[in-house]
Amino acid sequence: MTNIMKKQKYERPIINRINAGVSNKFGTQTKINIISEIDGLAVKDLLKDYGSPLYVISEREIRETYSKAKQAFSTRYPKVQFAWSYKTNYLDAVCRLYHKLGSWAEVVSGFEYDKAIDNGVPGSNIIFNGPDKSEEDLTKAIKNGSLIHVDHFDELYLIMKLADKIEETPKLAIRVNMDTGIYPQWDRFGFNYENGEAWNALNRIMLNEKVDLVGLHTHIGTYIMTPNAYGVAAYKLAELAVRVDKKYGHKVKYIDMGGGFASKNTLKGAYLPGADTCPSFDDYAEAITNALINSEIDPDNLPTLFLETGRALIDDAGYLLGTVLANKRLADGRRSTIIDIGINMLFTSFWYEHNIVPAQETTHHTEDTTIYGPLCMNIDVIRAAIQFPLLNKKDHVVISRIGAYNMTQWLQFITLRPNVVIIDMEKNVHVIRENETKKNFDQLEKVPEYLK
Amino acid sequence: MNIKKDIAISDSGFVFDPTTGESYSLNPLGVEILTLLKDGDDQKEITNFVLQKYEVDSDTFENNYYDFLNMLKQFNLTEPQA
Repeated sequence: MTNIMKKQKYERPIINRINAGVSNKFGTQTKINIISEIDGLAVKDLLKDYGSPLYVISEREIRETYSKAKQAFSTRYPKVQFAWSYKTNYLDAVCRLYHKLGSWAEVVSGFEYDKAIDNGVPGSNIIFNGPDKSEEDLTKAIKNGSLIHVDHFDELYLIMKLADKIEETPKLAIRVNMDTGIYPQWDRFGFNYENGEAWNALNRIMLNEKVDLVGLHTHIGTYIMTPNAYGVAAYKLAELAVRVDKKYGHKVKYIDMGGGFASKNTLKGAYLPGADTCPSFDDYAEAITNALINSEIDPDNLPTLFLETGRALIDDAGYLLGTVLANKRLADGRRSTIIDIGINMLFTSFWYEHNIVPAQETTHHTEDTTIYGPLCMNIDVIRAAIQFPLLNKKDHVVISRIGAYNMTQWLQFITLRPNVVIIDMEKNVHVIRENETKKNFDQLEKVPEYLK
Repeated sequence: MNIKKDIAISDSGFVFDPTTGESYSLNPLGVEILTLLKDGDDQKEITNFVLQKYEVDSDTFENNYYDFLNMLKQFNLTEPQA
């Protein structure tokens, strides 16, 4: 019998100074979390088959989160309708999945509007928000019977002018901004509640016979940690609905509470992890539905509650997988790990402390580490300070909760955007956006004759 | 590189430097290398030991070894060069 001693798994040698007296209030992390598979598929296989870095979307997580959100609201209020926020993630496959689950579309530009139409959404199921709607966009939306949420008086007058020329009656709601007791108060979108501008806009709409007031809309902010602010907002919109009914005998068909629910990501500077501090869908639903049900709105004519939740629905369903490019030592002794995921692919790293973990087993040993992206830019920092295991070149990492905004706000900067795949319920992997090539960019550029 | 003779190294990975009062923690390979260095082994001997015992190539280890030595220097665990 041969006696060949099997070599042991290698981990590079490290030494850390023990700092007594400045320990973390919550203790040091004793267990290193890893994500080695997503929906049962190995991270290393996904990277091998589709390249690194790679965006991965889990259909299972999308369905589960949507179902939780729907249940939270529909068990508390009889008429609820979700509208998928295109700007959060407008990859067609993602939008179509939300539409399949019952979501309408909420768009904020002509480009997004056309995407929604191409995704098979009936014009009447598109909510058109935002401050930039061209005459051409508005004409299309009016003819399609879409719900136009008016942002400012210039837009309202343009719609009224178009209503004279177009046979179809524009279906309008106004966006209302207001003080809900939180900071910052968003007042750049829509008409203000407290100074009477919103009421004034409603009166102008009601006095014009060629337009139809169908709803009231607000969107109080983003990553709102205080459900009660939604309660205040819902109460104020309900009050406007009651005033319109009293003065004109006209009942609005819906109240749209917008989006802004927090996801479980941790904001930079937050003392506790987002997963421990963010309100649940039930918390938001309780605040909003209580305000509506307890208002003076006629209970026999309750308006439909529209929700444009984006971030909280999809953030958990997105993963960004990548590879360690190099390790190096910074001047003060900190470890720096360079990965192939830069801020150009992870726009949300500007405001989140993203959860980044290894994709393979490690020991419990860690070092004070800064994780950099691959860009030759000083700002390309994924995590400025993290206790991170000792990964080697070519090891894999997973950044979780990246489904919202990264696949729309990403930048073609220095490197090209990689593949995006979705894992379906049967664990099949589908490419839903191919990795970019230089050819894609060459097609758009023109070199003048004199520079050739 | 000479390691300070009076530092105490425990098998569980703790290092105490009596001249500064500082304590350090090491991972298992860190303990082995620091002990070998304290015993006077040179880079070649240490490299042979590691390559025989662990799944690692010489380039990777050399890279990590120099990084480890730099950290020992940064923490003043080495004797000043004559």
